[in-house]
Amino acid sequence: MVLLGFLTVTVLSVILLRDLFAIVMLFGIYSFLAAALFVTLDAVDVAFTEAAVGAGISTFLMLATLALTARREKTLPDRPLVPLLVIGIVAAALVYGTLDMPHFSDPAAPAHTRAAPHYIESTTAEIGVPNIVTAVLASYRGYDTLGELTVIFTAGIGVLSLLWYRKRREED
Amino acid sequence: MHAQIQPDNLVLRIGAKMLIPLILVFALYVQFHGESGPGGGFQSGVIFAAAFILYALVFGMDAARAVVSERVLRMLAALGVLLYYGVGLASLFAGGNFLDYDVLAEDGISGQHLGIFLIELGIGITVATIMVIIFFAFAERGVTR
Amino acid sequence: MSHLIGHYNYWIVIFLMMAGLYVVIAQGNLVKKIVGLNIFQAAVYILFISMAKIEGGTAPILVDGTTLYSNPLPHVLILTAIVVGVATTALALALVVRINSAYSSVEEDEIHEQDQSF
Repeated sequence: MVLLGFLTVTVLSVILLRDLFAIVMLFGIYSFLAAALFVTLDAVDVAFTEAAVGAGISTFLMLATLALTARREKTLPDRPLVPLLVIGIVAAALVYGTLDMPHFSDPAAPAHTRAAPHYIESTTAEIGVPNIVTAVLASYRGYDTLGELTVIFTAGIGVLSLLWYRKRREED
Repeated sequence: MHAQIQPDNLVLRIGAKMLIPLILVFALYVQFHGESGPGGGFQSGVIFAAAFILYALVFGMDAARAVVSERVLRMLAALGVLLYYGVGLASLFAGGNFLDYDVLAEDGISGQHLGIFLIELGIGITVATIMVIIFFAFAERGVTR
Repeated sequence: MSHLIGHYNYWIVIFLMMAGLYVVIAQGNLVKKIVGLNIFQAAVYILFISMAKIEGGTAPILVDGTTLYSNPLPHVLILTAIVVGVATTALALALVVRINSAYSSVEEDEIHEQDQSF
């Protein structure tokens, strides 16, 4: 697919560039392309969240960090042999794992025949909400969403305690 | 973090003034229509925070802090999480399990609607305020370094 | 050959994952490492979501007239993962800012040198 090609080009430029500002912008583009890919894969809620969070908040926070630290990466001596070897082994293991998987978008895959039909069919009767993802997120698996909210809250507390507000002269 | 926005940066200010109300309304739309379309608490919280951050970037940190103080933000963040836990506890007191929305109203379906509405509200409030708090933390760091 | 047609999506996504992992392992700048980590995470999301797609299905929102929906369970999982990922990134970037104010550098080698010279 065209989108996957764009994603690959973006990632390769992230590896090869040295200007951190360009790298962060390329990451924003990468997030946005991933969101577009999610839309073509029928995952509209996920695309919404990835576009808002990945291309919005993450990119913005990285730019804020760049403004507080350095702008360019210092060139460093290249010894890429061992990392490339490790990555080669991991990639080979992953590709070997995917050989057993069902074909892409196969309706008879076991992932689609066990738990998912139960949720799709009983959402109307038990919850009455058209968006199945919201129904599962908020009602069937509400406990996990509670944990997710607590994680966000904890991260906010962590950032507050690391970058504590300095009291300004005139007011709190 | 940035130099003060020049007062004659007119295009930016007028554009932001027109856009920010639209972004806020869109965030509210996404929040309350999360049941019938894509959306929900997380997305709406992030969009709400984005509108606020845009305001702070264009009009300066003092103007943003005059809109809502940091103390109120911290209280709102905790309020969202409390709302979520509170709905769960209310289900316990009403006779069901923790986070079992069926017992919140007379009819099972309306109980589910009420429960989902309340927890999405809690999620939206907390996510929006936490994102704004993180932005303030980074921006304050740059000013008072 | 049908393996190739049915699986090339996954292989491209595995390449994206490995590229992100390479940035995390081999590059020295801390901010670039965090960018690489986020690239890796986004590639994992693409992998899961592409496993959820069903041919001929639509988005998992109930409308009259369609009966085949894409699998909604990986969507829920990845929604949580995205949000937790941004929380982790925010915390990691706050740590980088503090490291920078303590060591005046965000390059891994320089930080190691300063640590070992104590």
